[in-house]
Amino acid sequence: MLSEWVGVLLFLVGGLAVGAGGILTAFLIAPRRRQGSKYEPYECGMETIGPTWVQFKTSYFLYALLFVIFDVETIYLYPWAVKFQSLGLFAFIEMIIFIFILVVGLWYAWKEGALEWK
Amino acid sequence: MGENLFTGIAAWMRTALLDIGTPPLLSEFIVLLVKLLAVIIFVSLNVLWLVYMERKVCAYIQCRIGPNRVGPKGLLQTVADVLKLLGKEIIVPRRVDKIVYLAAPLLVFVPPMMAFAVIPWGNGMAPVEMNIGIFYVLAVASLSTLIFWMGGWSSYNKYSLVGGMRVVAQMVSYELPLVLALLGVVMLAGTLNINDIVNAQRQVWFVFAQPLAFLIYLTAGISEVNRVPFDLVEGESEIIAGPYTEYSGMAYAMYMLAEYANMMVVACMATIMFLGGWLAPFGWTFLPSWFWFFIKVYALIFLFMWIRWTYPRIRVDQLMGFGWKVLVPLSLANIFVTGVGMYVYRAIGW
Repeated sequence: MLSEWVGVLLFLVGGLAVGAGGILTAFLIAPRRRQGSKYEPYECGMETIGPTWVQFKTSYFLYALLFVIFDVETIYLYPWAVKFQSLGLFAFIEMIIFIFILVVGLWYAWKEGALEWK
Repeated sequence: MGENLFTGIAAWMRTALLDIGTPPLLSEFIVLLVKLLAVIIFVSLNVLWLVYMERKVCAYIQCRIGPNRVGPKGLLQTVADVLKLLGKEIIVPRRVDKIVYLAAPLLVFVPPMMAFAVIPWGNGMAPVEMNIGIFYVLAVASLSTLIFWMGGWSSYNKYSLVGGMRVVAQMVSYELPLVLALLGVVMLAGTLNINDIVNAQRQVWFVFAQPLAFLIYLTAGISEVNRVPFDLVEGESEIIAGPYTEYSGMAYAMYMLAEYANMMVVACMATIMFLGGWLAPFGWTFLPSWFWFFIKVYALIFLFMWIRWTYPRIRVDQLMGFGWKVLVPLSLANIFVTGVGMYVYRAIGW
């Protein structure tokens, strides 16, 4: 019996093959003509001003940070959810405490204005 | 009628391979390879059809006819489009980060394909049986964020940069309610195995036990695949398709096709978790299980299209506010209510 991860690996290669198939065929049969200003960044006909890779709005990073915190907590909730029915009162109280911690975290982020788009 | 068509073919192939003296491990591998091929063909055909269907649905909602020239009723329109894009130059602008820029469209089909590996297309028709199926799909599906970001960043284009930033912020914000909404179902079913979750819905579909979770999942799911009203990532009229601005030819087509594949993943997951997967409603087993799955998935996809052509796009601050201030608290409350409900239910001992 093959391990299930062999199947997963095979599907990974399959997904890669779909992408590679399309792109490689296009590379083989599509024309390539180096001419004009075709290789400039597209910007509605204007020439681009200044560098593109710059420091960007920090709100995005705040959301990313929040996401990391909450996502890790969510991962911990999954094993608990699976075993919830067989753990009884203990798991029930534990859940209340855990969700309470999550809610406090969300409330704090909210209060500090991390959820506002400025 | 046809219930065991595909499982029968797989079983027949396995025995046939064993009969001609192939080692068991190798024959297992060959069967898996055939399954992979079948999924690729099925998904490609579906994606082509979905692009056509989107244009038709859009047209009828806007009182137009839609594509009707290429092939009967315009059925071959997408095929013609893809063939045309195949013959177009893939432009690599001068200042892009070449490796990342070209790797993104190569990789874009990997997350949906990996998710399709564990989707049960019918009774016992999951290509790979996995014990932690739901968890796996969630983990793999969230990888597409990274690929859109690769495309957005490497393009060296201001529209793409803004689009890439928006992809990360939006997908990351809506990932949370999505994951938390599925948690309620996992609590009820008590398992992460997709087959067991489907079988747990024999009495009642989880959409009736978890209506709020279903709505949260649908909303977050539409946002995850960047469709209207959450299509700020692409926003044709403001940031010119966002991460795809610089892509042309087949590289662009890959992105577009993968987007529809991702939509199928979301619809499949919603079907499995809430609509009873391949189970027939009301015991109507005159249609095979894989056909029921197909019908349910397409009903959801039609809903997505309907929403897309009905609602306008929302603003960024509304999008973020809605995700973090409405959906996340709601999904946390849903988990809490589910837990209390299950506990009380058992304590009373109905």
